[in-house]
Amino acid sequence: MTNNSLTIEQAQAKIKRRRIISVTVRYIVLIVVGIIMLYPLIWMVGATFKTNAEIFTTLNPIPKNPTLQGYKDAMESYGGNINIWKALLNTYSYVIPEVVFTVISSVLTAYGFARFKFKGHDFLFTCMMAMLFLPQVVLNVPQYIMFNKFGWVGSKLYLPLIVPTLFATETYFIFMLIQFLRNIPKEMEEAAAIDGCNSFTTLIKVIVPMLMPAIVSCALFKFMWSSNDFMGPLLYVNTPAKYPATIFVKLSMDADTGFNWNRVLAISLISILPNICVFFAAQNQFVEGISAGGVKG
Amino acid sequence: MTKGKSFLKANKGFLFILPWLIGFLVFKMYPFASSLFYSFTEYNLFEPGSEFHFTLQNYKDVFINENERNALIVTFKYAFMTVPLKLVFALFIAYILNFKIKGVNFFRTAYYIPSILGGSVAIAVLWKALFKGDGLIHSFFGVFGIDAPNFLSDKHWALFIICLLRVWQFGSAMVIFLAALKGVPQDLYEAASLDGATKTQQFFHVTVPLITPVIFYNLVTQLVQAFQEFNGPYIITQGGPEGSTTLMSLLIYNNAFHTWEMGKASAQAWVLFIILMALTLVAFWSQKHWVYYADEES
Repeated sequence: MTNNSLTIEQAQAKIKRRRIISVTVRYIVLIVVGIIMLYPLIWMVGATFKTNAEIFTTLNPIPKNPTLQGYKDAMESYGGNINIWKALLNTYSYVIPEVVFTVISSVLTAYGFARFKFKGHDFLFTCMMAMLFLPQVVLNVPQYIMFNKFGWVGSKLYLPLIVPTLFATETYFIFMLIQFLRNIPKEMEEAAAIDGCNSFTTLIKVIVPMLMPAIVSCALFKFMWSSNDFMGPLLYVNTPAKYPATIFVKLSMDADTGFNWNRVLAISLISILPNICVFFAAQNQFVEGISAGGVKG
Repeated sequence: MTKGKSFLKANKGFLFILPWLIGFLVFKMYPFASSLFYSFTEYNLFEPGSEFHFTLQNYKDVFINENERNALIVTFKYAFMTVPLKLVFALFIAYILNFKIKGVNFFRTAYYIPSILGGSVAIAVLWKALFKGDGLIHSFFGVFGIDAPNFLSDKHWALFIICLLRVWQFGSAMVIFLAALKGVPQDLYEAASLDGATKTQQFFHVTVPLITPVIFYNLVTQLVQAFQEFNGPYIITQGGPEGSTTLMSLLIYNNAFHTWEMGKASAQAWVLFIILMALTLVAFWSQKHWVYYADEES
């Protein structure tokens, strides 16, 4: 009823007021959710500088009496010739080869499928795509039995973790690279062929530089997944001196639960620090990579 | 020899996929097939010859044995709590971020961090510190004078806390939704608002139908992940209290690597696999009823 009697100015003012309210509501939601998302992480950082008496008594992430005791304790070994630094070193001693091998083998496979016709191409391509739907949970047991027969369980060189990456076993990356390759025009390769490049030098000189953004994304994701991997080392690493950070963190929690949480949290934080750094150094690649994989091209 | 050479010349691409083919056969197909075989046997890793004692009991047990039935139910509960919560959150936040918001990159990063770190053991340890009996959340409720339950040793709460760890990691689904929302043509919203559609109507009748392919993608990937969840319950609750967080993957792990009953564990893994396949097929089949692909129309 009153609507009919509104002047234009009043109507505009009303629209404006509404817009201000909805914008404010949006920001409030975003900020509240943001705080809920980040608070646990911020609290964790604070807790590593607190005394054990203080940790769980207050919600304030800033320590009252900052102490480095948690970090000092974190440097100590639990026995068994392993500490957090050695564990991190162990982690990267298999993560780096895994990343390199995964990238190389996935690029080769993606190139083969995307750019060549050969006998059985379509059948094998279907097999490859089907692997996207083969859950790891069915493979864990038989793979363990197989690696056990090979004598690879407890291998000092982390063979069960590294060797499969030589053979393009991460289907998701092949899929992502093929999607990317489809959007690269073939003219460049034809020109390279005329210039006398064979298919391998074309790959190195033409395809790889153009694929670089996708390759970087694959490498980053593989880095994160491998360094967070828990099941793999849990099954295949059984000498304490070879424990990676994931296993070491789990053990330190089991050993200390109940009394030494600043130490446990300090160890946990140190163990993910490299990943946090990598994420901040390359956050756009992560976001682009994940969007490219999800949105069908 | 020459025959082989000419084959390779005509099928050069084959050389490039050869490493994959070897990996496919050795690390995927052989384990896959042998697991089906083991699932029908009484194979125990430390009883030589037991892999040839055939039985159907492993499969019967999954549905008869109370622990195993319980694990199946818990797995379903877990997946059907985690996946919808995660997707709704992800879509809701992506929707808000898609308005012209200042500092969109800052918020996106803040929401994405838990996803990228969340899979790590360190975060599971943090979760335990937050929700344990005298942990941080307990003190939080204490501030308001509420005596909170001991979340991790209360069988009504423990599974939900494990779910929350994954729901908290809605960032990667959100990033995918956000990319899809950016692809919805702006003029559709203008047309809808000229027709008098409210923002809510626009969301359900313009936005959602156009991003169904991405909802579908997220749904399938999240389901597959949820049904295989292991780290959270293994590290935080060890499957307890009273088996309330013993997901199938945990049961499989315990059977295979504590008591070394490979046959039994393989059968359980196959049941889980078949359930997952069935759910994925239902999702694919149902696509034609609710997923809208733009290129089909043109």
